[in-house]
Amino acid sequence: MAKSITQEFVKGLWDEIPPFRLVLGLCPVLAVTTTVENGLGMGLATTFVLVCSNMLVSLLRDIIPSKVRIACFIVIIATFVTVVELLMQAFTYPLFLKLGIFIPLIVVNCIVLGRSEAFAFKNPVMPSLADGLGIGIGFTLSLAALGAVREILGSGTFFNISLFGPSFQPFSLMVEAPGAFICLGLMLCIMNLVGNK
Amino acid sequence: MGDYILLVISCILVNNILLAQYLGNCPFLGTSKKMETAVGMAMAVVFVLVMAGVITWIADTFFLKRFGLEYLRTISFILVIAALVQFVEMFLKKSIPALYAGLGIFLPLITTNCAVMGVCLINIKEEYTFMQVIVSSFGYAVGFGLALILFAGVRERILLARVPKPLQDTSIALVTAGILSLTFYAFKGMV
Repeated sequence: MAKSITQEFVKGLWDEIPPFRLVLGLCPVLAVTTTVENGLGMGLATTFVLVCSNMLVSLLRDIIPSKVRIACFIVIIATFVTVVELLMQAFTYPLFLKLGIFIPLIVVNCIVLGRSEAFAFKNPVMPSLADGLGIGIGFTLSLAALGAVREILGSGTFFNISLFGPSFQPFSLMVEAPGAFICLGLMLCIMNLVGNK
Repeated sequence: MGDYILLVISCILVNNILLAQYLGNCPFLGTSKKMETAVGMAMAVVFVLVMAGVITWIADTFFLKRFGLEYLRTISFILVIAALVQFVEMFLKKSIPALYAGLGIFLPLITTNCAVMGVCLINIKEEYTFMQVIVSSFGYAVGFGLALILFAGVRERILLARVPKPLQDTSIALVTAGILSLTFYAFKGMV
């Protein structure tokens, strides 16, 4: 049993790492990863929602009638998103302002709903918890990596610390929308190259 | 009147929901492999987005703000959208079966399309009036359709090209979307 829980956790970190392996939940990935800090914040907020909703869905899986399950999932997820929203407003207000409407939009992040439907509804609490945590951390790492690449190229900084000195001419396209798409596409290509070996 | 025209142009081209605001990307990549599905999705979005924009604005102005319940915005909006999509589906099935067959599986997918929820939230954030909400929702929806159909056209051509193996499928689609986004980037500063 213990082994399978570890497996559920680890698969989220490489085999099924979103958004690279599961191409879901792209909007926050593209929108907020202009810096590492934003990427990390968004990733952690999503992880929290993912873990809590997975746990609750799994606890209630015998009670929820399968005909109305999607509606029930959405209510559960929306509740935790509201919790995150209020918590971030209270404790990390600058980050809350930067992430803007993308925090309420965690509700419609397909990863969260997808894990409830594909995993938590069919499995007991502990594996669901591990699954949520694994996928969440995988998502956070991807966001942070994309944020790092875009921040270093686009503004020449890392965690707001200047890397190249004043003579650096920032490649400002990278922090704009086109850069987000191209950067994610190329990172996916690198993942494929490494994974297929 | 001029204001509304500016608003439409800004919603369709300058602040294009897919390529400049990064919303609704899952259906953007998921349904753009074939022109047919892209057109179906675009139509379904135009249909639902305008209705959702108007209804959530009414709900927000007359219920949430009135009773000081703004913190329930997320949960109530998603429920309104889900109920609306369900209702539209049932209505179309009964009364306009031809349109229902055309939109098919795309209608239920719209519930989790963040473009719909996103536009509803933007409308509230920008404090638009009732008329502005209708115009901006329509503009964003048309922008979504425009970008989706353009992208589907490009992707159908990519199928014929020889793409290096690691770049295939989603990877090349994202790079292409980036280039398409670059063309829309040129509209910045127009309004």
